[in-house]
Amino acid sequence: MTKVKSLADLKKMKESLQAKIDLREKGDAAENLIQIKVAMATCGIASGAKNVMEFLLEELEKRGINAVITQTGCMGYCYAEPTIEVKLPNADPVVFGYVDTKKADEIIEKYIKNGELVDGIIPVNYESIDNK
Amino acid sequence: MHLLICGGTGCKASASDAIAEKLKTELEGNNLQNEVQVIMTGCFGFCEKGPIVKVLPDNTFYTQVKPEDASEIVKEHVIKGRKVERLLYVDPAKKATIEDSKHMGFYRKQMRIALRNCGFINPENIDEYIAREGYQALGKVLTEYTPQQTIDIIKKSGLRGRGGGGFPTGLKWEIASKNAADQKYVVCNADEGDPGAFMDRSILEGDPHSVIEAMAICGYCIGANKGLVYIRAEYPLAIKRLKIAIDQAREYGLLGNDIFGTGFNFDIELRYGAGAFVCGEETALIHSMEGLRGEPSNKPPFPAQSGYMGKPTNVNNVETFANVPAIILKGADWYSSIGTEKSKGTKVFALAGKINNVGLIEVPMGITLREVIFEIGGGIKNGKKFKAVQTGGPSGGCLTEKHLDTPIDFDNLIAAGSMMGSGGMIVMDEDDCMVSVAKFYLDFTVEESCGKCSPCRIGNKRLYELLERITKGDGTMEDLERLRNLSTVIKDTSLCGLGQTSPNPVLSTLDNFYHEYVAHVVDKKCPSGQCKSLMQYVIDPEACVGCTACARNCPVNAISGERKKPHEINPAICIKCGACIEKCKFDAISIK
Repeated sequence: MTKVKSLADLKKMKESLQAKIDLREKGDAAENLIQIKVAMATCGIASGAKNVMEFLLEELEKRGINAVITQTGCMGYCYAEPTIEVKLPNADPVVFGYVDTKKADEIIEKYIKNGELVDGIIPVNYESIDNK
Repeated sequence: MHLLICGGTGCKASASDAIAEKLKTELEGNNLQNEVQVIMTGCFGFCEKGPIVKVLPDNTFYTQVKPEDASEIVKEHVIKGRKVERLLYVDPAKKATIEDSKHMGFYRKQMRIALRNCGFINPENIDEYIAREGYQALGKVLTEYTPQQTIDIIKKSGLRGRGGGGFPTGLKWEIASKNAADQKYVVCNADEGDPGAFMDRSILEGDPHSVIEAMAICGYCIGANKGLVYIRAEYPLAIKRLKIAIDQAREYGLLGNDIFGTGFNFDIELRYGAGAFVCGEETALIHSMEGLRGEPSNKPPFPAQSGYMGKPTNVNNVETFANVPAIILKGADWYSSIGTEKSKGTKVFALAGKINNVGLIEVPMGITLREVIFEIGGGIKNGKKFKAVQTGGPSGGCLTEKHLDTPIDFDNLIAAGSMMGSGGMIVMDEDDCMVSVAKFYLDFTVEESCGKCSPCRIGNKRLYELLERITKGDGTMEDLERLRNLSTVIKDTSLCGLGQTSPNPVLSTLDNFYHEYVAHVVDKKCPSGQCKSLMQYVIDPEACVGCTACARNCPVNAISGERKKPHEINPAICIKCGACIEKCKFDAISIK
């Protein structure tokens, strides 16, 4: 049992507890954050989308990147699974194919951090289904 | 991914506990219990379509979920990322499904301050409250401000009592702080009694810590180390969550002695009320807590001078308290920028009656009734015509079409002949008889009058009898005059707020729907077809084919006639039950 002895104590507690409800706060302000959708239909899961999702969840938190990661259904590019859609704030969404953990690492380092495009974008004229 | 499930009384009654359990088992079955959290929260406010399950971070809003849907939600939404279409909310006007809460008309116009954590955090876990800056307002006040500085912030914010009276909260605190005594008390009035109002219950169920924190802040300001929550015993879930919250706050040292190492002591106890309406009046409430009869007494002395056990006492309503931590953290200027000139901030309303979206909403002061009823509330049920809205419960009045564009605040509602009250809003459509509505409220006040003063005890009973006569068709035009005179006398001479406001429903319906009263008295007709005594069931001989279905189903044998010949109803025997109308396949029976 910890007692809160001072306001500084409470603020420290708040910081460490923040992560617990972080996801909910982000849901409230999703438009301003990096949004990543991992295609998790049968085809995606069979090709290892679950590992990629876990990798993204862990690594983004470790590297201190504020992002909302959700799963979605089959995007239709079953030949290129696992696929992920990345939407940076104020940018059009981009879909990457054949994403394994190595590719995911590259996407985080290059595209998410610096906005540099990396290989594997499919197709060039992609539009998120939300906009249709 | 988080799955939020409403754990308010309404949704719990529709098996939200079972849904949460089923979701947990399903997730475990798929080995997802570490990735997906299931959290019971307070009320989302959208009670009409409960139980609600909200999926985050994508804000998917599932309505009327049943335990058997849990497996589909997990298999489709959680695992495959496909939304379960059939559980999504359907906009009644556009007939289109809406995927997430952000696009629902119900939430778009709302602004949540008092309800900021309801439907967002787990009310039984203090950590989630702390993660939302909980208890920081208390810490800030204790370490950075003097009591007077804190009172000045509340005064400057313009916060007014949300229990009905609308007295400035900062001023109330200041008066209590200036009365020196060896012992003072902070009381939270959770004796919510208006029929159809449930905002206080929802706050205590959904965010109990915000009330506890605000009571401690108030204690610091007025110099009290003891807080009491007067809560009605028929709110078991609110009591349970409040108890859990108090225990957790004590465990963390946020209640008790030497809070934040500042030497300030404060603790809270609960006191249960038996659900008497009059005990929402602060002097009656205090007497009830003292173990005396729940009767009001004359003011002065005000509770701030001599309240609980004869000591200075500050009484505030639940919703008022829930606003306080937000004001301290965000500042008086922020709060006073919301609302109208004399009514600052937001107000929680409980929408009930003939409205599509029954539920709990919080809107900025100054919004119009039209926006509340037609945009947030989704309009009138079954496409009927709007007739009136009753605000302020049994103490308020009925507002009509012509008031729809009036900005809602304390003063405008009073000017329109009603009042803010605690925030109940009961919507009526063309089928509601306004004389019966007035009678319904009088029935309530007659029942709830404590009997101490005669205008209220006897006067209200006489008002009720007059209304009863009118609805039976025995009223006269003199009765209408008598109603008005008696109402004025009761208002002027009653001891407490109950009697002073109980004739309001009569007066406002007399003002706005005088023609309906006249129709009852002169034509002996109820225009809305609600008053049974004034109705007559008639068979149209042209349409009747003599099938005898009505006669066979009449419970009192009031219908006679030969087979294949038109039948007749004997009005002397008919009890107007409506069984014949239901059975007639030829629409030959009507009400006149």
